[in-house]
Amino acid sequence: MTEPLAFDIREYLRLELMPHFMCPGCGHGIALRALLWAVHELGIAKDKLAVVSGIGCSGRVGAYIDANTYHTTHGRPLAFATGLALARPDLKVVVITGDGDCLAIGGNHLLHACRRNLDLTCLMFNNEVYGMTGGQVSPTTSATRLTTTTPTGNAEPVFDACRIAEAAGASFVGREVTRQVPALKNLIKSAMSHVGFSFVEVISDCTEIYGRKNDLGEAPEMILHQKADMRPEAFGNVADQPFRPNRLTTGILSQHDLPEYGETYRARAALLRSGEK
Amino acid sequence: MTTELQPLHGNQACALAAVAAGCRFFAGYPITPSSEIAEHMSHELPRVGGVFVQMEDEIGSLAACIGASFGGAKAMTATSGPGFSLMQENLGYAAMTETPCVIVNVMRGGPSTGMPTRPAQGDLMQARWGTHGDHPIIVLTPASVQEIYTETTRAFALSERFRVPVVVLYDQVVAQLLESIEVPPAEQSVAADRPWAAAGNGFQPYAETESLVPPMVRPGEGLRVHTTGLTHAPTGFPTQAPPVADRALKRLLEKIEKHRDVIDKSDAYRCEDAEIVIVACGITARAARRAVATLREEGVKAGLFRPLTMWPFPERAFRAATANARRVLVPELNAGQLILEVERLTAGRRPVAGLNRVDGEPLAPRQISDRVKELARHD
Repeated sequence: MTEPLAFDIREYLRLELMPHFMCPGCGHGIALRALLWAVHELGIAKDKLAVVSGIGCSGRVGAYIDANTYHTTHGRPLAFATGLALARPDLKVVVITGDGDCLAIGGNHLLHACRRNLDLTCLMFNNEVYGMTGGQVSPTTSATRLTTTTPTGNAEPVFDACRIAEAAGASFVGREVTRQVPALKNLIKSAMSHVGFSFVEVISDCTEIYGRKNDLGEAPEMILHQKADMRPEAFGNVADQPFRPNRLTTGILSQHDLPEYGETYRARAALLRSGEK
Repeated sequence: MTTELQPLHGNQACALAAVAAGCRFFAGYPITPSSEIAEHMSHELPRVGGVFVQMEDEIGSLAACIGASFGGAKAMTATSGPGFSLMQENLGYAAMTETPCVIVNVMRGGPSTGMPTRPAQGDLMQARWGTHGDHPIIVLTPASVQEIYTETTRAFALSERFRVPVVVLYDQVVAQLLESIEVPPAEQSVAADRPWAAAGNGFQPYAETESLVPPMVRPGEGLRVHTTGLTHAPTGFPTQAPPVADRALKRLLEKIEKHRDVIDKSDAYRCEDAEIVIVACGITARAARRAVATLREEGVKAGLFRPLTMWPFPERAFRAATANARRVLVPELNAGQLILEVERLTAGRRPVAGLNRVDGEPLAPRQISDRVKELARHD
């Protein structure tokens, strides 16, 4: 068995678009790296990779990937990807979405994509805020946080995207932080290898807008906080006060072997055709 | 090849025509009075290697169609007013990204939930201007089950050739009529594919071409491009450079204007010597045709101009049909939409009158002929 060539991210990027638009310290670039690393290790040809994204900071990340990239409408990338994956089962379809794109305006599509169990991988970059539009509250903004639309602190409870995905029937659900790049890469690999709908929440930091507004420190401090937030048992003594009070667990949270929708549809259609001959 | 005579409902004819045209993907959401199209597609598509999927709403339905079209499939969705309203954003996305797709809107009474089982023609302007921003679109208005068949196949041909969303717009009466139609031989119905791009050095997915329709990239075959609803340069990547943005939008609009000879379609009935020309579409045009026949028997020189391509409005043929008319009458099942375009083109050269019905009933031939006679008294 030959070892795959060492991962060189430049082979997977549209270098002519550099420098990228992301703010200093933004976690989305780390998430992008983890995705491309996973693609490399899985040996997926760039021609066969389709990346479908929505609107927001997360939505703009796809353009940098040297693949078939589709920047669609706000909240709808899962619906676009459903059509693409059903029409072209030979493509590996990955959706990049954000917490607002996926859970607010696109919440209904998430529920039904989970239920349908089509072979897609959905990466939700969760930075707890609408960054592109200037920092408004999102469905995952932590309690009491200041945003441009919660001047007295956020009073709305948050969504736990992974629990939603699991309850809606997603056959693979996982979560990882951008601080743990190899772990994130491995989780994305597992998700993309899973046959059926896989949902991965990537905990990412919005440094310039959310972090600054809430006095959460510079990018290195924010990313250190992820330890305390996500792995309280192992890293509980690192930060005194985690800024995400809902301590979330990471890794593969659930995985089930369920019938994949596209395969089921095609098999039934073939039976129908053979029965009519 | 002989043509086959078949009794079909309007919505059934739409589904069969789509499959004959090469449609291999349908995504939809149930809504009266268009649901039969989805039902027929769910039955037909798996038999021809296509895919039917019932989505969670109409927004997702058009999104899924556009996604399938990215992949190379000819794709269609069908809906009625409330669903058509939900589709507007993605309709603009299809126009902006030049992704072929066909949207059937079976018009019912509106606004809002309105009268789901009653005919109306209240979406004529929405079909043209429903999505935000200047955008290209083609809208076809069949008036019979036969025409639903032929116009649905034409919708695919136009959508593919010009990489533009095409709306097939008809009312509840035509949708649910049962009529015997001539089903054309299959080879006449197949719509040619959109122009496909071949890999080459320096390829740009939105470069100017002679036809103004750039060839489309089929994913998985060597060209890897970016598709976005943001204003984009010929490279496909976003731009806000004023000259590039200016040309990007103007090319989208010009690609339709340049091909009006292929896109325009209308029917003029006894207009040559007509003193009064009726302009109507859909079920109203059929009542108007009967009215014209009756009026002619009574010695009134009436004619009927019927746009089959509603948008862009076939203005050259309209001007020819009304060249000798003293008056124009526009009967329609709304409070006055088509009349606005007719008035714009007539530009005060002759009086234009309306006849409107918004009570959920179609206009009867008698109502139209009475209105013509009433107008004629002023001459």
